[in-house]
Amino acid sequence: MTTSAQSDSNEQAAFRAHCKAWLAGNLPPRPSFRLPLGPLEIATVEQLEYLCDWQKAAHAAGLVGCDYPREYGGGGLRDCQWIANHELKAAGAPFFPNIVGLGMAAPTIFHHGTEAQKRRLLPPLFSAEEIWCQGFSEPGAGSDLANVQAYAQRDGERWIVNGHKVWTTLAHFATWMILLCRTDRARKYEGMTYFVAPIRDGVGHGVAIRPLVKMTGELGFNEVFFEDYPIADDLRLDEPGRGWAVAMTTLLHERGAGPLVTPSSGGGVGDDGETTLGAAGLVELAKRSYRHGKPASDDPRLRDAIVQLLIRQRAFAQNERRAAVPALVDHPLRLPLQHKLTLSELLQDTARLACEIEGMAATLHQTDPNAPAGGRWPHAYMNSYGFTIAAGSNEVQRNILGERVLNLAKSK
Amino acid sequence: MTRPHDFGFDETAQILKDTARRLLQDHCAPEALHRLVAVSSEPARATEGVWDPSLWRKMVDLGWTAVAVPEHAGGFGMGLVAIAGLAEELGRAAVPSPLIATLCATYVAAACDSEAARQLLRRIASGLSVSLAGIDRRGSWEPEDTDVVVDEAGALQGTAWFVQDAGKVGALLVKAKSPRGVGLYLVEVDAPGVTMVPDAILDLTRDQAHVELRDVRDAQVLAEPGDGARVLVAAEPALLTIVAADMVGAAEWQLQTTAEYARTRVQFERPIGFFQAVKHPLVDMMVQIDAARSLVYDAACAFDHEPAAAEMCARMAKAAASDAAADVSGRSVQLHGGIGFTWECFIHIWFKRQKHNEVLFGDAAYQRARLADRLIGRIGETA
Ligand SMILES: Cc1cc2nc3c(=O)[nH]c(=O)nc-3n(C[C@H](O)[C@H](O)[C@H](O)COP(=O)(O)OP(=O)(O)OC[C@H]3O[C@@H](n4cnc5c(N)ncnc54)[C@H](O)[C@@H]3O)c2cc1C
Repeated sequence: MTTSAQSDSNEQAAFRAHCKAWLAGNLPPRPSFRLPLGPLEIATVEQLEYLCDWQKAAHAAGLVGCDYPREYGGGGLRDCQWIANHELKAAGAPFFPNIVGLGMAAPTIFHHGTEAQKRRLLPPLFSAEEIWCQGFSEPGAGSDLANVQAYAQRDGERWIVNGHKVWTTLAHFATWMILLCRTDRARKYEGMTYFVAPIRDGVGHGVAIRPLVKMTGELGFNEVFFEDYPIADDLRLDEPGRGWAVAMTTLLHERGAGPLVTPSSGGGVGDDGETTLGAAGLVELAKRSYRHGKPASDDPRLRDAIVQLLIRQRAFAQNERRAAVPALVDHPLRLPLQHKLTLSELLQDTARLACEIEGMAATLHQTDPNAPAGGRWPHAYMNSYGFTIAAGSNEVQRNILGERVLNLAKSK
Repeated sequence: MTRPHDFGFDETAQILKDTARRLLQDHCAPEALHRLVAVSSEPARATEGVWDPSLWRKMVDLGWTAVAVPEHAGGFGMGLVAIAGLAEELGRAAVPSPLIATLCATYVAAACDSEAARQLLRRIASGLSVSLAGIDRRGSWEPEDTDVVVDEAGALQGTAWFVQDAGKVGALLVKAKSPRGVGLYLVEVDAPGVTMVPDAILDLTRDQAHVELRDVRDAQVLAEPGDGARVLVAAEPALLTIVAADMVGAAEWQLQTTAEYARTRVQFERPIGFFQAVKHPLVDMMVQIDAARSLVYDAACAFDHEPAAAEMCARMAKAAASDAAADVSGRSVQLHGGIGFTWECFIHIWFKRQKHNEVLFGDAAYQRARLADRLIGRIGETA
């Protein structure tokens, strides 16, 4: 949630002051190497270590996991994570690397895990000592996620997994995977079970990880193969057959619609809707770019297109603001379920327009010394398709909104 | 000044909005509205402006003309955020009434600095309805544009165009020019020299007229010549926000009505909402409405608490609401199929109100051009 400081409670005001003070003196020095646009594209060990050190320091200072209980490595506060996120963004902090852990695994473990699982798994997740990945998608189970075929066979106090996961972001660095498996072939939705799998330890013992290269040329996601891979039964979340219900908690948070605010920095959205790749950057870009020999910022069509995006950007931030005012919300999921849809399309259209403004310069790759803005716009444009496809494609988001909020007939 | 996270939408604002929703559900339900304004499909019918004066009396009794009037002038002095909530309900019900025009005039009067304006506000608080007569023949409402002049004898001469709900109001707030600049004047509709010429308009939920002023002598000066432009600029964000709120409320009705149709109309053995060519446009309607709605409350809150941002936020709200109204209106007809194209179906009533509001005080492209000047710089001066 983004907001201004005026309506802070005492606890929140004190926490905000703490964040500001800590951030003023503790941001890490800029690295000597290039950082990717976001955590989905972390490719090298030096990038990872730099970012993990940062998350660890921020966690030690109480800025990560603020709203989780202390016994699980959290801050024991209420409604404070969004404040930390806001201040982190305002300070221009780098992003946190453990995105799958913070945004998906943590809320899922918190809601469905046993006491022992929470105490064991959450503290090193918040401190980035253990990186997480998500093993949901398979070659035959993308939008139709409930079609997962990776099979876990019960074998006494353990399960034996065979199957093939794909698009697994961060698997190459992960200690843990949230893993959705089939445990009953006769039933689709009731036939799945959810595990937390220690895949790092499994490599060479039934787990094989193969990197996939993205259209940008970057690494970041992988294929993961399981062959007679054993998982102890105490690493199961919730009951056998309840996997789909548990996965819904994960997906709700992944799409920014869950009750627990994800710790984030760097890539957040400010009060005015401004992001690191925000539309306000378009104005400066247009003033420096040329079209028909005149500043692109004088071109009426480009001006109109820029202002359209500035309006959408502000509307996005104001939706977040309104979502917290019950009197101005008709349906509790109506705004939260729009979050991922509108943000990903806003980023995509912003990057696309930026390339248009750059004109010929948009042909230059990030590595070209003449590329404007370090070549980030053409790169961001390609990368934006990751967001419109991942976490439930935007077509699927529209299905969900139509069915859950407008009660239209289900398309399956 | 502080900027409340909840837009300053407090309990009183909520009570006002809820009361409005209930009253209009009871007294201006779609069937009743259709009976009232669409009883005849004769094209000439549109010129009269049909409304329900007994409902208007209820609205006045509930204090709706007083809500925006400052307390020192006998009103409730509620924030624009509360007024936006009320306007949303007026749009949702598509109610024919002079209230939107009166609320707009209230903000203009409140920005004036004269005893006459304070008197006017008192009269509005006790039920006088007023409309702003500030648009010229070309359709421009820019502060300096008007076809009415103050002659040497101090009388108003000329014609005010596109006056909203002129056939329902008791007085007009007339913009007129003299050598010293633009001023604002209060003219009673029955004053000598005032002739209303109704326009034949498409929207069935309001009326519009051009008003001919011949030797109108005893107009009261609300804003001195030279001060009128300042007043209009100060009030404009409120006017844009109110009209945008009306559109957002109407669009939500269009969305819900069309979604209900998509849930119940069966073709190919399925409710048509099953088909993604129907489902996805409905979702896009919702997304557009929500963006516009959030911007409306943002704009209202800025007007109440952050004057420096008020104009920008109001133009954003009006632009988003105008685009949403246009797209939602088109889809509401299309997704109803043949029935949606008939006079008998209710949705054309909202369609027409939206098309009217879309252009009132500037459509989306106009607002964006103004925003571009502000946020990017004027053409030729940007680099
Ligand atoms: C950058 C990135 C990172 C990812 N990271 C992970 C990860 O860490 N872990 C993980 O498990 N998965 C991950 N994914 C996978 C992601 O969740 C899937 O790609 C996504 O759910 C779509 O599935 P699919 O690729 O099989 O496409 P498909 O489901 O085959 O879809 C193809 C096209 O058909 C459309 N379509 C499919 N079904 C429907 C329908 N019912 N109605 C309308 N249109 C439909 C889709 O919208 C899409 O346009 C990642 C993906 C990307 C791009």
